[in-house]
Amino acid sequence: MTAEVLRREPPQAPADASSRGLAERVFRIRESGIVVVLALFIAVTAGLQHRFLSASNIQFVLVNTVIFALLALGETMVVVARHVDLSVGSVLGMSAYLSANLFGSHPGIPLPVVFLVGLGIGLGWGIVNGLLVAAGRVPSLVVTLASLYIIRGIDILIVGGGMVTANTLPSAFTDIPKETVLGIPYVAIVVAVVVAAGAYYLRSFRSGRDLYAIGSNPDAAKLAGIPIGRRVFTAFALSGAIAGVAGVLWAAQYGTVDSTAGTGYELTVVTAVVVGGVAIFGGSGSAVGAALGALLLATINSALYVLGISSFWDQAIAGFLLIFAITLDRVISVRLTEALRIRSSRRAA
Amino acid sequence: MQHDPAVKEDAVPTPGLTGPGLSGDRSRPAALRERFPWAFRWETLLALIVVVIAVGGTTASPEFLTSYNLFNLGLSNGEIAIMALPMTLIIISGEIDLSVASTLGMSSCLLGFLWERHWPMVAIFVVIAVVGLAAGAVNGLLVTRLGLPSLAVTIGTLTLYAGVAQILLGPNTVADFPSAYTNLGVNAVPFTDGAVSYSTLIFAVLAVIFGVVLHATGVGRSIFAMGAGSEAALFAGIRVKRVKTVLFMVSGLVCAFAGVLYTFRLSTSVANNGVGLELDVVAIVLVGGVSIFGGKGSVLGVVLGVLAFAGIQNALLLTNFNQEASGIVAGGLLLVSVFLPNTAPLWRWCAARYRARLARAS
Repeated sequence: MTAEVLRREPPQAPADASSRGLAERVFRIRESGIVVVLALFIAVTAGLQHRFLSASNIQFVLVNTVIFALLALGETMVVVARHVDLSVGSVLGMSAYLSANLFGSHPGIPLPVVFLVGLGIGLGWGIVNGLLVAAGRVPSLVVTLASLYIIRGIDILIVGGGMVTANTLPSAFTDIPKETVLGIPYVAIVVAVVVAAGAYYLRSFRSGRDLYAIGSNPDAAKLAGIPIGRRVFTAFALSGAIAGVAGVLWAAQYGTVDSTAGTGYELTVVTAVVVGGVAIFGGSGSAVGAALGALLLATINSALYVLGISSFWDQAIAGFLLIFAITLDRVISVRLTEALRIRSSRRAA
Repeated sequence: MQHDPAVKEDAVPTPGLTGPGLSGDRSRPAALRERFPWAFRWETLLALIVVVIAVGGTTASPEFLTSYNLFNLGLSNGEIAIMALPMTLIIISGEIDLSVASTLGMSSCLLGFLWERHWPMVAIFVVIAVVGLAAGAVNGLLVTRLGLPSLAVTIGTLTLYAGVAQILLGPNTVADFPSAYTNLGVNAVPFTDGAVSYSTLIFAVLAVIFGVVLHATGVGRSIFAMGAGSEAALFAGIRVKRVKTVLFMVSGLVCAFAGVLYTFRLSTSVANNGVGLELDVVAIVLVGGVSIFGGKGSVLGVVLGVLAFAGIQNALLLTNFNQEASGIVAGGLLLVSVFLPNTAPLWRWCAARYRARLARAS
């Protein structure tokens, strides 16, 4: 038993260039793993049912992915810092209703203003979450679990029994998800660029890299002089703002918005992020992987539909994937630590 | 729950003070605290809140303390109260189980699924108990044997078990349960003047059992020990992994049982039964003064937390507040209960400044 305790705390390997190279290679393998799974899945489903690769179905899957890929980008920023934001679904719901409602109360309002309002609502809630987590020093799980229900409750009070219906929305707004460039939805391209930019920010900017440092070892990050509170606050604010924008897109796509919009999305987003290779213990993973995770979930969803399997299987598969992914991550990280230790001890010898 | 170690060191309150400082006399809090330690417990504040709710409720509405209202109060909060008991032990041990509501839903759907296929009720109960234990064992083994964080594991099983519930029933509703069982939600326990529902009685019995196990047995001490420090508990010879696995299994069993109660009370088995109840359960446990970081809490506090929670919900029911928005209350309670203990350093800082000012003035 003693030996087991001692083994549980492996010495931290020095972060020299080659070990970082190894770590990076492993995580690239993790990401390409999703691509392989995705490819296999598409190949098998398309083999069984050719309709799956029709232009309209591909468009459908991509548009479905867009909202979750956006949410996953914000969630990635939070999760790599070893936090979690469970309020994204509620923020999306409130932003969807309030922004869509603008078309009724202010006819002729320009679209960018609507998007800005959605962003503002999301940013506001993100700031509240960020302040509570960073300044109040309360675990983010509890804070965002509470804000999930509080925001939804306020949304229900605002909406009452009402709803926004598609016929009150201008066609320029509801056409946003339908416009395509070379058969690919316009929004999918925009979101792909946004996700790529987000991934680049996390990977290459100092404040982005700080989030990984905070997530892999908060104490070390503190000692290294990283402003933990400010970085975590920013991550939550960004996650909220992104969820706000996603809410406007949601309204554009579905047209009908009531107080239940986005209920339960937080679970799908966390699943997408974790399946996409972002470790739930923080410190590793990328926004591109998270977006691929979202794409995989949307593909599974559509494949079940196309293959005529009841969509009631959807949730169980997502749950299974999530557990499988965290188990896999655990195995990889144990192996990686082992490999790094062997490597560094060999170098020392 | 090792989510933010940086918080852990700052959030440890002074010994004997699990809640915020409650002293009226700021100049000599230490002396008062020594003489009346019970007055500084979180449970005392909760008991006060419960009394205030009871008095306020009675003055606001003559309906409040009638046996009819008490019956409904106990009935509608019975399942979440019952699920809060194993959750208390799990959170004190330093873990969390977010899959409780999904386990309830899965058990409810299993009940409907098997009843529709004309299984005898006793056999159904056995299957549900086994499935509940298995659901908990999956959580426990993933957490203890693979070393995965319970937060992630139980978010996964939350989705998985809710998914199983959907697979079992799909869009169907099963409602033709025999009235001998569904009367559970109609009849009161005999000799109680119609005020005590069966779920209230079951909760009371379970609360005593869980209270005794947690506060009066070696297993209970070991649960506190592993919540305060897993490593130290291991060195002390406590079988941390085994105890935690058993806790998750007990939670699975109790939640499966709560699923049966829930189904009979509403006499409906449907795939989305119990969705979202995990927040209420976690909120009650944390309101009851259990530390989210583990190692601190009491069953008495959680019982008072149940009363406060149910009382506030009920008071809102008697006003015109939109019931669907009652998540605001649960969420708000949750925030307040995790925030107040963290303000203890702030209180102490204010007290110190006040004393310094007094010293300078004299």
